[in-house]
Amino acid sequence: MTKTPQQEELASREYKYGFVTDIETEAFPRGLSEAIVALISERKQEPAWMRDWRLKAYRHWTTMTEPHWPNFHYGPIDYQALAYYSAPKKKTDGPKNLDEVDKELLETFERLGIPLTEQKRLTGVAVDAVFDSVSVATTHQSELAKQGIIFCSMTEAISHHPELVKKYLGSVVPSTDNFFAALNSAVFSDGSFCYIPKGVRCPLELSTYFRINSADSGQFERTLIVAEDDSYVSYLEGCTAPSRDKNQLHAAVVELIALNNAEIKYSTVQNWYPGDKEGKGGIYNFVTKRGKCIGVNSKISWTQVEAGAAITWKYPSVILQGDNSIGKFYSVALTNNRMQADTGTKMIHIGKNTKSTIISKGISTDHSNNNYRGLVKILPSADGARNFSQCDSMLVGNNCSANTFPYIEVKNPTAVMEHEASTSKISAEQVFYLKSRGLDMEESVSLIINGFCKEVFKELPLEFSVEAVKLLEMKLEGSVG
Amino acid sequence: MLAIKNLHAEINGTPIIKGMNLTINPGEIHAIMGPNGSGKSTLAKIIAGHPDYQVTEGSIEYEVNFKKINLLELQPEERAREGIFLAFQYPVEIPGVNTSVFLRAAFNAICRHQGAEEMDPIEFDEYLKSKMKFLDMDEKCLNRPVNVDFSGGEKKRNEILQMAVLNPRLAVLDETDSGLDIDSLRVVADGVNRLKRKDNAILVITHYQRLLNYIVPDFVHILIDGKIVRSEGKELALKVEEKGYDWLAQ
Repeated sequence: MTKTPQQEELASREYKYGFVTDIETEAFPRGLSEAIVALISERKQEPAWMRDWRLKAYRHWTTMTEPHWPNFHYGPIDYQALAYYSAPKKKTDGPKNLDEVDKELLETFERLGIPLTEQKRLTGVAVDAVFDSVSVATTHQSELAKQGIIFCSMTEAISHHPELVKKYLGSVVPSTDNFFAALNSAVFSDGSFCYIPKGVRCPLELSTYFRINSADSGQFERTLIVAEDDSYVSYLEGCTAPSRDKNQLHAAVVELIALNNAEIKYSTVQNWYPGDKEGKGGIYNFVTKRGKCIGVNSKISWTQVEAGAAITWKYPSVILQGDNSIGKFYSVALTNNRMQADTGTKMIHIGKNTKSTIISKGISTDHSNNNYRGLVKILPSADGARNFSQCDSMLVGNNCSANTFPYIEVKNPTAVMEHEASTSKISAEQVFYLKSRGLDMEESVSLIINGFCKEVFKELPLEFSVEAVKLLEMKLEGSVG
Repeated sequence: MLAIKNLHAEINGTPIIKGMNLTINPGEIHAIMGPNGSGKSTLAKIIAGHPDYQVTEGSIEYEVNFKKINLLELQPEERAREGIFLAFQYPVEIPGVNTSVFLRAAFNAICRHQGAEEMDPIEFDEYLKSKMKFLDMDEKCLNRPVNVDFSGGEKKRNEILQMAVLNPRLAVLDETDSGLDIDSLRVVADGVNRLKRKDNAILVITHYQRLLNYIVPDFVHILIDGKIVRSEGKELALKVEEKGYDWLAQ
């Protein structure tokens, strides 16, 4: 069937966040060495223990090789051709408050829909904005501090709360964990740190917005969230980058720690630049995200909408150590053009009566390749563990592919496991049916996709869920018909 | 209201409709009968605008609110917004999409186009329930995904519910009787009859005369090999029931 002009127009709709901010930056020479790692640490005025931690990670990294087990095809990455630090040049010694933040930067975030200025702030959401390698602003800090909540950039946390950072950094994802985690540990430049004290229910959604701007640098941020006994926090993460012809590397690490009865909800809408139709350019997204339910009755849930990046390699996981702890993973991964995604989760059951739920929805269109890869591991100690997994794939068009790789290791006979999987297609008949009721193409596709992703979207905070739906609609409009 | 003139249409290069003429006026009920493969369902889909069928010759003119529209130029959703409704022979399943959410989206899309007030979920819920009453439908259907795990009878009732909600000018019922037991058939036919007004029209496509005992047509047309070979009053349906189609095909 031929496409209508309207569909053609929609298909070529550009990546909305592809603009570049013209701002003076300080970047390091390309390449990676002990000297560069030490220089990053020095530039950030870090204490010696932090520098040594980085160097240890770097030395280990040099002994490792890039993993090639995911279902990807891409050329070699030259790690010596990247710059490992890029920061907007500061006019003063660093912004003391938002009034001192560069106007260009504020405008950039405004364009991205993340207003940082006092008057225009998002209600109910505190934002940490990370531009290239550094955090440029964190809102609502004083309000949160009244309840003892710490929400600041990683750099600030290292200097102001070293005892907490020392205790928890690398405790869930050790610096030697994997190739990309080791690289991140050596060169991470900033990120967010949250600490929720005992018994506090964080009144705001905490949020970090990551923006890669410069052309040659990678982004390596590190997020650490600690929820003390009986606390609760909901955390949101968003990402975008300019459209560029060359591939850029993003290798982040996120660690979550939930103590007794604590709950952490972590939501991501990832919309990195995915490259153009032919697969030129785009972000390589190699991310290690892991949470540890240390305490009894603790709960960690990951909700992700992965709609961007040329390559996504990401398995947000939960280690269920405390008895009765609960891990959840809700994911929508959409790939179009030539995007490749290999994403899923790991649920490691250690404590008794631990429960995990995995709901994964993959949507592939055009020539993209979408893989779910998940591990459920029940250790001998995990009496009464339960897992429910559901992996659904939807194909749009005939040139895309979807795969599911479930790994299950059960070492305790009392475990109960359920696994469901399905593959479906958006059919022209569904679209025609909805159109014949008065809904246009856009509305029809949106309804169908919403229906398919319903179980995941309902886990997202409201504003994010609206944004996620719009994002998927935009990406899919040209592909259905 | 609808004037089909010398219509020729094909799918993937195979001609199905081969020179068809049909005029429908407001207030009329027309029935089209014919053997398998004669083009009945194709006609229904062409009126609704299914993209798989190509009209190669002829025209379909649709008149609504004193304006004449070349129907073939409109997208399916534009036709729906102008008051055309197709009750599907095989209603399509839309997993995960709540039936009442879908109905409200469709209703509001049509309201927007016609300049009528849209309804919020609470108003719409009441409106919807008032329409459900005479279809003997379980209200639980409204919170289930569209047509998913509906029985054959529920799917057909759901089509008529949509017709009741969207309030079309011209409704095309494509084999709405197939797969219905006699009780459901009565309920569905009764639902359709209640929707009949002076200013709207219904085109019933069916294999069997049975349905026409309940939805009584003003005209019966026999379609054979893509052409209407005979048009008469309701008694023609009885003749066909008795004698089959062979005597009509020369």
